Amino acid sequence: MEYDVVIGLEVHCELKTNTKCFCGCKNEFGSDPNSNCCPVCLGFPGALPVLNKTAVKYAVMAGLAFDCTINNYSVFERKNYFYPDLSKAYQISQLEYPLCINGKVNINVNGNKKTIRLNRIHLEEDAGKLVHDGVGGTVVDYNRGGVPLIEIVTEPDISSAEEAVAFLETLKNTISYTGISDVKMEEGSLRCDVNLSVKPKGSDKLGTRTEMKNLNSFKAVYRAINYEQRRQIEEIEDGNKIIQQTLRWDDSIGETKSMRNKEDSQDYRYFPDPDLLPVKITDSEIENIKNSLPVLPTKRFENYLELGLSEYDANLLISSKTISDFFNEVNKQVNNAKLVANWVINEVLRKTEDNNILISVQNFSELLIMVSKSEISSTAGKQVLEQLWGTNKTAAEVVEKLGLKQISNTDELKQIVQAAINNNPKSVADYKGGNEKAIGFLVGQVMKESKGKANPQIVNKLLKELLD
Amino acid sequence: MDYTKLSLLEVSSLLQEGKVTSVELTKQCLNNIEQNKRLNALNSVCSEFALEQAQKVDKMRADGVKLGALAGVPITIKDNINIKGLKTTCSSKFLENFEAPYNATIIEKLLAENVVIVGKNNLDEFAMGSSTENSAFGPALNPHNTNYVSGGSSGGSACAVAANLCFASIGTDTGGSVRQPASLCGVVGLKPTYGLVSRYGIVAFASSLDQAGPLTKTVKDSALMLNAICGYDQREETSNKNQPKIDYLKSFSGSVKGVKIGLVKEFFGEGLNSEVKASILKVAEFYKSKGAEIIEISMPNVGNALACYYVLSSAEAASNLARFDGVKYGVSGSYSNLNELYLKNRSNGFGKEVKRRIMLGNYVLSSGYYDAYYKKAKAVQKLIVNEFAKVFETCDVLLTPTSPTPAFKIGEKVNDTLSMYLSDVYTVPVNIAELPAISVPCGFSSNGLPIGMQLIGKKFSEQTLFNVADVFDSREAK
Repeated sequence: MEYDVVIGLEVHCELKTNTKCFCGCKNEFGSDPNSNCCPVCLGFPGALPVLNKTAVKYAVMAGLAFDCTINNYSVFERKNYFYPDLSKAYQISQLEYPLCINGKVNINVNGNKKTIRLNRIHLEEDAGKLVHDGVGGTVVDYNRGGVPLIEIVTEPDISSAEEAVAFLETLKNTISYTGISDVKMEEGSLRCDVNLSVKPKGSDKLGTRTEMKNLNSFKAVYRAINYEQRRQIEEIEDGNKIIQQTLRWDDSIGETKSMRNKEDSQDYRYFPDPDLLPVKITDSEIENIKNSLPVLPTKRFENYLELGLSEYDANLLISSKTISDFFNEVNKQVNNAKLVANWVINEVLRKTEDNNILISVQNFSELLIMVSKSEISSTAGKQVLEQLWGTNKTAAEVVEKLGLKQISNTDELKQIVQAAINNNPKSVADYKGGNEKAIGFLVGQVMKESKGKANPQIVNKLLKELLD
Repeated sequence: MDYTKLSLLEVSSLLQEGKVTSVELTKQCLNNIEQNKRLNALNSVCSEFALEQAQKVDKMRADGVKLGALAGVPITIKDNINIKGLKTTCSSKFLENFEAPYNATIIEKLLAENVVIVGKNNLDEFAMGSSTENSAFGPALNPHNTNYVSGGSSGGSACAVAANLCFASIGTDTGGSVRQPASLCGVVGLKPTYGLVSRYGIVAFASSLDQAGPLTKTVKDSALMLNAICGYDQREETSNKNQPKIDYLKSFSGSVKGVKIGLVKEFFGEGLNSEVKASILKVAEFYKSKGAEIIEISMPNVGNALACYYVLSSAEAASNLARFDGVKYGVSGSYSNLNELYLKNRSNGFGKEVKRRIMLGNYVLSSGYYDAYYKKAKAVQKLIVNEFAKVFETCDVLLTPTSPTPAFKIGEKVNDTLSMYLSDVYTVPVNIAELPAISVPCGFSSNGLPIGMQLIGKKFSEQTLFNVADVFDSREAK
């Protein structure tokens, strides 16, 4: 029997605000344990939360980036459960009235385009972190407790591991454009839970789903989905029922393990947090936030196609906002999209690590203008780029210093060309005898004589003029 | 001379005139505390902290520093309000050794006024109760007759003020916890409008209902205390931003001419002690004689307030108290796994009534019951709010008993939860509707126990309440 796989994702994304969601503590990864804490985020008796408005703004930005409806009225609720990393024994979250609803993310898997609907994006606070102290005990670091998070919940529109990863990549890239999060899975600022069920192909009736946690990389998501769909199909084929449960992915052995069954599942006893006022946000505030958003990758992709770039190149350029911004700025000056795209993709992208482009827009633009005006050759340009990368030198300086400026002066070149003709009678005879290739040798001689600085196009033209 | 029998306003004048020092007042209060240990009004006494502060204030005064009306006056604070460096026990075993790491906003305000804090008052554990019999440290006794309860949950505060251990106390009122003990001990208790006094640093019982308020010897003293503690606090979202700063000492016109006072039929029905009823009706007569208009009204939904209150307050309490797990502070015993940690620490730390409310609260929030209880209670709350709004179209204030009976005997109601809960039947609707109300002594029962009347006002009408209350409180034939 053939099966459909039905997948929904819950993605948690930490917001990069300066301070935590409900207190003034620093929101910072990697600080000393329990150094960014106060009575509020430690849940001390009597302490009260006050909402960080920037967190709301960032969550709205995420909502707008994914075409969500932003609710003018949303409510924080308490999700009550006991765990030592949760200082108040409840997490401030949203349930009945979330901030954003009904969004979408367009994905592209090997050329197949698909829209994944979002059910909601809501704002909540992160929990602290349990750390095993290595001698059998467990300690808690509350630095992460109270950090603002958005939870992005999809509809069950995803049908494969490939789609899930494409979704996550698009999501991550778009969020990184907005600047609201570091979206680093390795630092936990992006986390993903997978809900998965299978059903006979074409059936309307959804199967029993399982939820997978502890997926710490896109690769883990990919592997876990493939593992779990296979496991579920095998169970069904063996005549067994799927048990609704929460599973923990163990990446080292490539298997899921049961964490808890539905019967053990918690009753979170949600209710509106009486310490927090409902969040009211006006249409004009939403409009202002919308206007503050940078141009997003989907729009940039369209723009690049309009500039005549290939889909392949456009995709490479939008893969990082830094690269895309750099391309846009440089092209503003050079005004030659194809040339700039080639250089950005083949040279800059290759040399860039961690989004650090070690050449200024100004310098790179000057360089490409010289190349586009044939003042220097492409080869020379690459040589110059090497010299400019990571320094404060200007393109003009380097070109001057290395003497790479092309000789495009016809009179000057004519002498060298004439000399080449005089010194290579055999080649001249070959050319005149009909061997077109012989001219290449002559061009080579001119280039050699000019130490590579002669403009090859002009040399070619001059040779033909003189020989024909 | 024994200054401790004077009102706050009176000693304030003496202090300002240089006729008495803060150190002297403080010593007298500390002495009274020492002599009345048996009353169990205080969980802790901070003599050193108090005397240091008193000396500081006296020196400032000697140096000619301009000081406010509360400077140098010894007061006490309910032991669920954080004072940095002192214990905040909430009269719970769980927090027996918990030292507050920060000051509540109202403590900051009071310290800025240079008050002298002499101790922290006993209360029902986590402010849940009406007699302080739920205190892990035993009940505070009624100074008028020590076989009787002081009321609760701010029983220690009411007891301390009534027994002249201090000139005022700050209590908290979630369903009557300032007014009911004030009534039972014969002092003035104010529950301000929700949002007028900051909750930051006060250990939460039911966040949407909690409000701190003063217990004092007179209505004017109450106004003086409210001046010091009220005001917007940016650390609390539910703190009211729009209320202009008012000098409540300017509330007093001395007249109630033309004031419309409502008598709510439902507050005089079954369960009301006849002596209490007679006292309140006499107060109504008094007001009438002073030119007020007495209007009889009905509030058919107000009787649902108590049920509504126990659903909402318990729900919030269950969640608010969940943080007490012994991981970060509080008592923690030995355990072999996580479940045991929660089970042991919480079973050992909390008393019976607190556990009852936690169970009730979790029940009404649990899946399948949420709509039937929590949501329904929220809907009932709206009805009650609207009903008050309606009666305030025709009345300026409402006059009711504070408590259906005078103080009851210690032990009398500990095994009758419902009867205990009913002692708040007249005070609870005020919290449900976020209104201000004041309890003022209005007589004694035949066995010599105080009776209190309650005046309820519109939101932020504390000035009106103070004035109407004061006309009675300052009457000549007192």
